[in-house]
Amino acid sequence: MTLIPRNRGGHPVAYAPGYKSSVARSPKLALISGSATPSEQTGPVFGHDLLGELDSNLILNFTGEPAIGERIIVHGRVLDENARPVPGALVEVWQANAGGRYRHKKDGYLAPLDPNFGGCGRTITGEDGSYEFLTIRPGAYPWPNGPNDWRPMHIHFSVFGHSFGQRLITQMYFEGDPLIPLCPIIKTIPDQSAVDRLIAPLDMSRAMPLDCLAYKFDIVLRGSRQTMFENKMEGL
Amino acid sequence: MVQPLNTLTETASQTAGPYVHIGCTPNFVGIEGIYDEDLGLVPFPKDEPGEHITITGTIQDGTGTVLRDVLVESWQCNAEGKFGPGSRGFARMPSDLTTGIWTLNTVKPAGVGKQSPHIALWIVARGINIGLQTRIYFEGDDHSADPLLTRLEHQSRVETLIAKKTGDNSYQFDIRLQGEGETVFLDL
Repeated sequence: MTLIPRNRGGHPVAYAPGYKSSVARSPKLALISGSATPSEQTGPVFGHDLLGELDSNLILNFTGEPAIGERIIVHGRVLDENARPVPGALVEVWQANAGGRYRHKKDGYLAPLDPNFGGCGRTITGEDGSYEFLTIRPGAYPWPNGPNDWRPMHIHFSVFGHSFGQRLITQMYFEGDPLIPLCPIIKTIPDQSAVDRLIAPLDMSRAMPLDCLAYKFDIVLRGSRQTMFENKMEGL
Repeated sequence: MVQPLNTLTETASQTAGPYVHIGCTPNFVGIEGIYDEDLGLVPFPKDEPGEHITITGTIQDGTGTVLRDVLVESWQCNAEGKFGPGSRGFARMPSDLTTGIWTLNTVKPAGVGKQSPHIALWIVARGINIGLQTRIYFEGDDHSADPLLTRLEHQSRVETLIAKKTGDNSYQFDIRLQGEGETVFLDL
């Protein structure tokens, strides 16, 4: 099994002047490409014993009392580029509260903290690659970039697949949010179809009557090439 | 028309943003009680065989400013060249919120195949749109057969991947994201 080389055309560019923080933090020289080695093709494995009972319930996991906001299920599957499920993947999420405020000393936004909302959760995918979180819809918020830039509602996702070379951090957006096409961070992705795949549709099939709405967000990690004629690159 | 390949496309990366620690190391930023401890505090137990070493470093942007909101992850084999089991060999290092220094207490990995001993790093932060891959190699090792280091076109850049020995069991590895002395970043 060999990791398929990353197709960077579906990713954001490193240097994106519209997102000012990227200007001084983007490498200017070319990345050095090569075949993945054992350091990239292996990775940490996290067991279910890592998880606490409420880790995937952001509504209750901070104090045990419910957080304020619109109750939602966020669910989906982690797949690879060969469309195979990735079981046992650690999925970590973090987000602002319903008012658009993060529990962080550097976030001084006007919206108040919610005493019952910490803002993080984690779970491990099942045999079919599926995962689920119960949370509240995060608020949109302004941020210092352009003179009046706003982040659309979003949830940050960190995903471990089966190898360190699959490591991915991304953000999920919500269907219908009018701030999506205005966002300088989303605009770092040149390929509109790649942007579309970051937008979770409303999923009434998983909504719970008189309880919560649901959004579906599938995540695709790098896949592995499988061939009967596996060669090793010269020198490796 | 041709047959469809029926393959999927990798989900696009997005920056980890300024609040990555809320999700990845919540206890480190004072969000306590959700997870017993942060993930990846140490890569190996204290009694792991091998040479126990400490690697410290900073990450500078293109203006020479040290990043204080960065998260570094590492993955390596042990002193016998074995990866795992479980999460053994994995560590997560948030840079110090004041000094920007990150610290990795680990064992020196063995070389694997022709590759010299090295630790794989993955770096995310605000302003980094897709996680940056790089490697720590070690001063004093023989790198003459390492496939990656020997085929770098710009051999003057090899030194950006080699941690400097600063003591019996300590190394320094500073990363420059951009500009003079820019670290070699990888696409493996």
